Amino acid sequence: MITKDIKKRFPILDQQVNGHPLVYLDSGATSQKPDVVIEAIKRYYENDNSNVHRGVHTLGNRATDEYEGARQKVADFINASSVQEVIFTRGTTTSINTVAQSYGRANVSEGDEIVITMMEHHSNIIPWQQLAKETGATLKYVDLEDDGTLSLDKVEETITDKTKIVSVMYVSNVLGTKNPVKEIAEIAHRHGAVMVVDGAQAAPHLKVDVQDLDCDFFAFSGHKMCGPTGIGVLYGKKALLEDMEPVEFGGEMIDFVGLYESTWKELPWKFEGGTPIIAGAIGLGAAIDFLQEIGLDNIDRHEKHLAAYAMEKMSEIDGLTIYGPADPDLRAGIVTFNLDGVHPHDVATVLDMNGIAVRAGHHCAQPLMKRLGATATARASFYVYNTEEDVDRLADGLRIAKEYFSDVIH
Amino acid sequence: MSSINLDQLYRRVIMDHYKNPRNKGEIADGGLTIDMNNPTCGDRIHLTMQVEDGIVQDAKFDGEGCSISMASASMMTQTIKGKSVEDAVRMSKAFSDMMLGKELDEDLDLGDIEALSGVSQFPARIKCATLAWKAMEKGVDSDVNPN
Repeated sequence: MITKDIKKRFPILDQQVNGHPLVYLDSGATSQKPDVVIEAIKRYYENDNSNVHRGVHTLGNRATDEYEGARQKVADFINASSVQEVIFTRGTTTSINTVAQSYGRANVSEGDEIVITMMEHHSNIIPWQQLAKETGATLKYVDLEDDGTLSLDKVEETITDKTKIVSVMYVSNVLGTKNPVKEIAEIAHRHGAVMVVDGAQAAPHLKVDVQDLDCDFFAFSGHKMCGPTGIGVLYGKKALLEDMEPVEFGGEMIDFVGLYESTWKELPWKFEGGTPIIAGAIGLGAAIDFLQEIGLDNIDRHEKHLAAYAMEKMSEIDGLTIYGPADPDLRAGIVTFNLDGVHPHDVATVLDMNGIAVRAGHHCAQPLMKRLGATATARASFYVYNTEEDVDRLADGLRIAKEYFSDVIH
Repeated sequence: MSSINLDQLYRRVIMDHYKNPRNKGEIADGGLTIDMNNPTCGDRIHLTMQVEDGIVQDAKFDGEGCSISMASASMMTQTIKGKSVEDAVRMSKAFSDMMLGKELDEDLDLGDIEALSGVSQFPARIKCATLAWKAMEKGVDSDVNPN
């Protein structure tokens, strides 16, 4: 059971914004950080800061133990079969680009296909556009259904024996839809393709089991799951990662360096060129401890409840459109909406003046916006610290916005 | 309570331009055409201008965006019509200064546009207000310095 007390664990939430207590509904963009994460980073810098994997000295050993300890926490968190399958990156974007540039360049050629969906975030579109352009492969999109879900029949129709890579988001950052990535992975594998999962909006909110999903790659970011910015993860099946070339070369990732040839370290370090994001990984480890203490199932249930409550409250407002599946069971804690006649930027400014933080814009999903027939939308995204009172404040704020702009609503 | 409020942003004249945009549409017979986006939020402007002998004879805009970006485009087209390109660019610089909260030159009359001065209090909205002006500058620059 998640109680209101959890809000107290997030120091930033205890403040007034524009004269009102802050209601933070933009966790889909980045989550706030609990005390334990902030303290873990501070503790590291005050006690153990040193470079990893090279010091003979005590601090170097401590830093290495903490950094590799965080890797083990990530491996357990997503149920990877080996800690060697966990690569630290800058975030989801870097993780997906690594797959495209390393696995993609080696395995995709002219005439092949790459399959993604119409609801993807730009970070799961553009790396594949670039790969398609470089290799002469074809990029194909699975369209979405009118209710904002994916149809497995359409996935089945789109993936062929020419498909080499299928890449799909687990949870939509706009529609909130939870996609059947396990079933899609099964279809991809039947055609000999690898399955990449963009887990940026899933890992913070629901229990992820990469072995159960049987995905080949899984990408996510630390900062959306109570961790710091600048740290993310690429999970890959060991057999695939072993055959892949690094995309960044330099210190830390080498085994032996000659004048004209060099060899790489073993997994996972061959993919971690340069001094890694040590404090970020340690902060992510602390975030994982925090989330597991609460329980991912509890978090999932809490957010689903808030989304259902928000949809109920918001549907009482005339002229408010909610995007994505109507059934709360099909979605995560993301509610994207528009108020008829009022641009989402204007809605967001009115809400901000009432202390409520939401996102407005295209949410890095321009193809999806076009598909929805909207140039922009507003989005409220919930996390473990949000409450029913936050949703009530949002609904009140939307009524204020509607009233304020009543003159211009046609 | 906070010292800024919504009415400083959404002045009556702005809402009037938003509700009844001036010069909305497109100049058909191939003048200068500029398309510009605000990539952070998806605002989009399609600006067409007729420039002859260094004078902006006509300007029309189309596009999608919030009240601030569309009202600003409406006011911008209204203001630059009949002005010289130099004056239009000078006003654009003055407008950028106004967005940074700087005082305007005494001799420069921006008319309705001064209603947008409140935007400087809302940093997240400044790019909405400057979009149309940036498009205009790009257009006259391409006219003066064609590729």
